[in-house]
Amino acid sequence: MSSINMNNTPPLLQARNVSKFYGGKTACEQVNLSLYPGEVLGIVGESGSGKSTLLNCLAGQLQPEQGEVLFNTRDEGIVDLFTISEARRRLLARTDWGFVHQSARDGLRVEVSAGANVGERLMAVGARHYGQIRAEAQDWLHRVEIDANRIDDLPRDFSGGMQQRLQIARNLVTKPRLIFMDEPTASLDVSVQARLLDLLRQLVSQLQVAAVIVTHDLAVARLLAHRLMVMRQGQVVEEGLTDQVLDDPQHPYTQLLVSSVLQA
Amino acid sequence: MLKRIVVEGLSKDFTLHLQGGQEMSILSKIDMQVDAGECVVIHAPSGAGKSTLLRCLYANYRASSGSVNIWHEGNWVDVQSAPAQQVLAVRHSTLGFVTQFLRVIPRISTLDLVAEPLLMRGVEKQAAYEQAEELLSRLRIPQRLWQIPPATFSGGEQQRVNIARTMICDYPILLLDEPTASLDEANRATVIDMINGARERGAAVVGIFHDEAVRQALATRIFSIPAAVSLVAA
Amino acid sequence: MIMEMESMEAQEYQETTVQAAPARAEPEAGYNFAYLDEQTKRMIRRAILKAVAIPGYQVPFGGREMPLPYGWGTGGIQVTAAIIGQDDVLKVIDQGSDDTTNAVNIRRFFRRTTGVATTEKTTAATVIQTRHRIPETPLAEGQIMVYQVPIPEPLRWLEPSETETRKYHAMADYGLMSVKLYEDIARLGKIETAYDYPVIVNERYLMRPSPIPKFDNPKMDKNPALQLFGAGREKRIYAVPPYTPVKSLDFEDYPFEIEHWDHRCAMCDANDSFLDEVIVDDQGSRMYVCSDTDYCRSRREEQT
Repeated sequence: MSSINMNNTPPLLQARNVSKFYGGKTACEQVNLSLYPGEVLGIVGESGSGKSTLLNCLAGQLQPEQGEVLFNTRDEGIVDLFTISEARRRLLARTDWGFVHQSARDGLRVEVSAGANVGERLMAVGARHYGQIRAEAQDWLHRVEIDANRIDDLPRDFSGGMQQRLQIARNLVTKPRLIFMDEPTASLDVSVQARLLDLLRQLVSQLQVAAVIVTHDLAVARLLAHRLMVMRQGQVVEEGLTDQVLDDPQHPYTQLLVSSVLQA
Repeated sequence: MLKRIVVEGLSKDFTLHLQGGQEMSILSKIDMQVDAGECVVIHAPSGAGKSTLLRCLYANYRASSGSVNIWHEGNWVDVQSAPAQQVLAVRHSTLGFVTQFLRVIPRISTLDLVAEPLLMRGVEKQAAYEQAEELLSRLRIPQRLWQIPPATFSGGEQQRVNIARTMICDYPILLLDEPTASLDEANRATVIDMINGARERGAAVVGIFHDEAVRQALATRIFSIPAAVSLVAA
Repeated sequence: MIMEMESMEAQEYQETTVQAAPARAEPEAGYNFAYLDEQTKRMIRRAILKAVAIPGYQVPFGGREMPLPYGWGTGGIQVTAAIIGQDDVLKVIDQGSDDTTNAVNIRRFFRRTTGVATTEKTTAATVIQTRHRIPETPLAEGQIMVYQVPIPEPLRWLEPSETETRKYHAMADYGLMSVKLYEDIARLGKIETAYDYPVIVNERYLMRPSPIPKFDNPKMDKNPALQLFGAGREKRIYAVPPYTPVKSLDFEDYPFEIEHWDHRCAMCDANDSFLDEVIVDDQGSRMYVCSDTDYCRSRREEQT
């Protein structure tokens, strides 16, 4: 995995005592984390662990009841995601970070072509030359291993794996410094997963983009993440370097999780 | 200064929560020091914690107490207490680890796997791949296998790929866990040469070697682990 | 409206279909001036003031039940009803023409409920209500154009949620509109939209100009007249104040273009107006005439 740039740079993303409740139920509680440029953080846990809720709080999509999420923007210093206006938050979500959903349909516009899907964010931030937008879209399709000749096809004509790769391209086109991924391979066939993981690994390394990846699949975490956080029922029960957590699990739940993985 | 690794008071216990919370103490207050140009061979009976010690040096296992200080770019870093990002930095440029088994990544070819560490360090693509090819040739991996992911290789072939992947970089500190276990005579000899070569260039080497002859060929010093409290496989 | 027409006196019918009435008349008893009650008119005027203050922004208003179904110009009628005064002179056109059924009926409606003078001459009107065209004759300061609008929201085609489209406008997040134009070029080689072509008003709000042909879009730009837009079914009013910049969306390498004809008007020989294609016999012969009847007639009068 690539090295992380930590030379006295402030963290790209910081969560301080983030807690989110739904009525009487705690979705996540007192979560603290720091993410540095180029770093990949995996959040693992089973369903109901609160990992997706935490991800949505970090991405500015769900407001926590307590705590704060701080993001180090490109041009405006560190901002508290939930005290800035919704307009600014939405703009940052389009330019400074990306979000890859588990199901490509949630992250794509299914009624417009692949090229329009990739080019939309460029157009949203003012790109006005059709030829250049199209060329950049083609370049990104190529980078995610989609045949550039399919630029005018609709996403519904793509396989699940291709749709997911299209979603990745759509998110990376504005060169965000941080990508959130919610179970990016969960809805894909195993053979297709391998290809996607390979792509993610390469892109993260080449583009030096930081990532927070929620997954229940420890193999995905092992492959992609520098660090892991293990969540159970809204609590972070263990964290550390990926290999530390998976090879030397301390917490009973982590030990259970690691030992439960079947080896093919 | 020659000191590269300084271990102080290292202890490692395991609590097996899935086995009713059974506790095992594998390492107890270990002190150790390794200098540049040394090849320290860890020697102890099976199950006494050789691998555990090696993994603690790499910060793969988290010590229950004590420190593992690594000389990294002009400073001492205790990898057992340093922040995650710093440990990764140490592993990136100072500390190399040849594990016992190759972890296979689907779809990545042997050549890509071996060249990757150089590419990560900014070495230009052509040069990186040339060095990878050279190393694979030296380890007698046939060219026809270079474009294939190593998942289907034999144990010996996988181990040689594993070795190539780490030794392609000039790590100042090398940790080796049974690197010659599945190798035939000729390849074993090659690997011994490579390790000696690294040591002569100034690397500090710490290794576990099952085979007496290999130990003889490589060790500048033997380090014995004091008796463990509980003799269960580490 | 049609049923009411049938019960009309023949003379009045003739008067309003053939020629506009130049003088004031007595409005029909039993109706408030311009049909709507005063409070409603004030409410609409307040909405209009807001619309004028924020050019291109869609102001919701409490649209009333009108004696026409939705889709027949109820929005435009309510706007006109709110602003028309005793001394105004009203022109009503539909597809450029003063004498189609819709134009006639709406003009008659106002004649009956206000008694104001009506006209077919663009230059003589103070208020012009229109469906689907802007007159060729340039407008002047002091004139008001009222457009009938079916769907006010330019992003509705891709975003069905009203809350979402409002957010897009609030944040000037108009990437979606560019996506539509991009798709057109990708599929058809050019921007296919020929009418109701989206514009940016005052460099801020994205607006639908109503189903006028794109030929008319340049006329909106920095027009000296006040332009008001009323959507009755969707209950929205928006405005373009005088001299406001209005720019049609395009790409740098696919710039906005208006329609051109290889023909001239068969009646007045104009080559600068929007032409309608008319089939004249069963063999399919066709001729091209100005869509703007007043413009065509003025030119012909000048030529004789």
